[in-house]
Amino acid sequence: MKLVMAIFKPFKLDEVRDALTELGIQGLTVSEVKGFGRQKGQTEIYRGAEYAVSFLPKVKIEVVIEDPLVERTVDAIRKAAGTGKIGDGKIFVTPVEQAVRIRTGESGADAL
Amino acid sequence: MIRSFRSLVPAGGLLPAAALLLAPALALAADDKAKIDSGDTAWMLTSTALVLMMTIPGLALFYGGMVRKKNVLATVAQSFAVVCLVTVLWLIAGYSLAFTAGSTVLGGASRIFMAGLTLDSVHDLAKTIPESVYMCFQLTFAIITPALIAGAFAERMKFSAMLWFIGLWSLVVYAPIAHWVWGGGFLGDWGVLDFAGGTVVHINAGVAGLVCAMVLGKRKGYGIENMAPHNLVLSVIGASLLWVGWFGFNAGSAGAANGSAGMAMAVTQFATAAAALTWMFAEWMSRGKPSVLGVISGAVAGLVAITPASGFVTPTGSLVIGLVAGLVCFWGATVLKHALGYDDSLDAFGVHGVGGFAGAILTGVFAVEAIGGTGKKGLIDGNAGQVLTQLWGALVCIAWCALATFVILKIVDALIGLRVTSEEEIEGLDINLHGETVH
Repeated sequence: MKLVMAIFKPFKLDEVRDALTELGIQGLTVSEVKGFGRQKGQTEIYRGAEYAVSFLPKVKIEVVIEDPLVERTVDAIRKAAGTGKIGDGKIFVTPVEQAVRIRTGESGADAL
Repeated sequence: MIRSFRSLVPAGGLLPAAALLLAPALALAADDKAKIDSGDTAWMLTSTALVLMMTIPGLALFYGGMVRKKNVLATVAQSFAVVCLVTVLWLIAGYSLAFTAGSTVLGGASRIFMAGLTLDSVHDLAKTIPESVYMCFQLTFAIITPALIAGAFAERMKFSAMLWFIGLWSLVVYAPIAHWVWGGGFLGDWGVLDFAGGTVVHINAGVAGLVCAMVLGKRKGYGIENMAPHNLVLSVIGASLLWVGWFGFNAGSAGAANGSAGMAMAVTQFATAAAALTWMFAEWMSRGKPSVLGVISGAVAGLVAITPASGFVTPTGSLVIGLVAGLVCFWGATVLKHALGYDDSLDAFGVHGVGGFAGAILTGVFAVEAIGGTGKKGLIDGNAGQVLTQLWGALVCIAWCALATFVILKIVDALIGLRVTSEEEIEGLDINLHGETVH
């Protein structure tokens, strides 16, 4: 099993969710996060006072999948979340040792 | 205000002329004697409510939206407490000092604790409405003026010090200046034109704000930390309530439900819209985006600048006043403040001081007899001297206001201290001064 964690622009969330649902993925976790990358920040101006906003809002999704699905999942997220502009975000893949469904006690791939 | 009122009320036409022929003595007596008019009274009751609404919730929301989240309640608390404090002081002495006969410098003591105010009382400056209504209408102006100052010292002044300062300021600065211009004082005698309070309210509050900002010093982290407004929707609601309430402020200053009130309403609307657009386009061109805070600030700038002129100028005049106000206040709040380095947190001086001054001078330019009545004319109506009269009026108010404000602040500072501790300031005034938080 692998954990796919993707951070991308908030307005792309629905498209990413649809793309992952098409792959048969049955659940994911979403968080609203802030951060910076190469996009840096933005500037807000209030009556001439400029404030650099160094952390921009993004969404982070976490989804755990079986190993064979990794490539297609990453591709699907890239296609759905990408705009081609700076600040599109990143995808990280890490191994997962165990998964357990709390209600039934099923474990491993059955719990996904 | 109301000064233009008497010249407008006596009706022209055939009927009074006939009455004058038939019974001259009777006609004169009737003209001089107070006669309550229910239409005028209804409008002035309404105006009073509108102007109170400008402070709570109008100004409270306008300012409350512009501060950081940790200081929202402290900011709206200032507006609300000022309403209550000034009301009680008005009852005790403020009204008497401002609006009863005394010297040309200060009113008398005849209405201390509202002594002698009865159902039948009528004020000389507004003979068609009960004095109780006139007194309450004037009270709402006495309220909003010090409440405006709070924009300059937002986010750092102690609540206790604010109460002492505003209480003293109301009696020592507002009451005399209102008397000088409106209540029978020397500035009115000089012929200074101030229909609804450009000098008495806005220059006065703006200059006091500037002195406060300089005496209190900058907020911690000013220029370094992010001090962006926490919720501009509140400010938009506040600015909108101010705009609507301002019809009571300016059109109510006619003192009657008449043509002067109607024209004051019209020019108020025109100048406000013009100033809002001017600020918006100026900001759009110079900084790339038309901000929400910019367009509402421009509207307030226009309201401020048309205030002294609202009973004296034509719609065309109001358009020019709005254009100029939008530009100079944009400059005042975005360039002047940063160039001079004082921290006028919410631009009490940049908008009300600068806009009030521009309005006072432009009243001297654009006043015409056809609108303001006999003798009320400015540069474009062949009376260039009015511009100087306006300038002198403004300078006298600025001088007394700045001096007295400074002295009051120093006294309060010596007695109880003006600023919260730096720990309280960093943590926020809401939790430290009021024991509450907004969410």
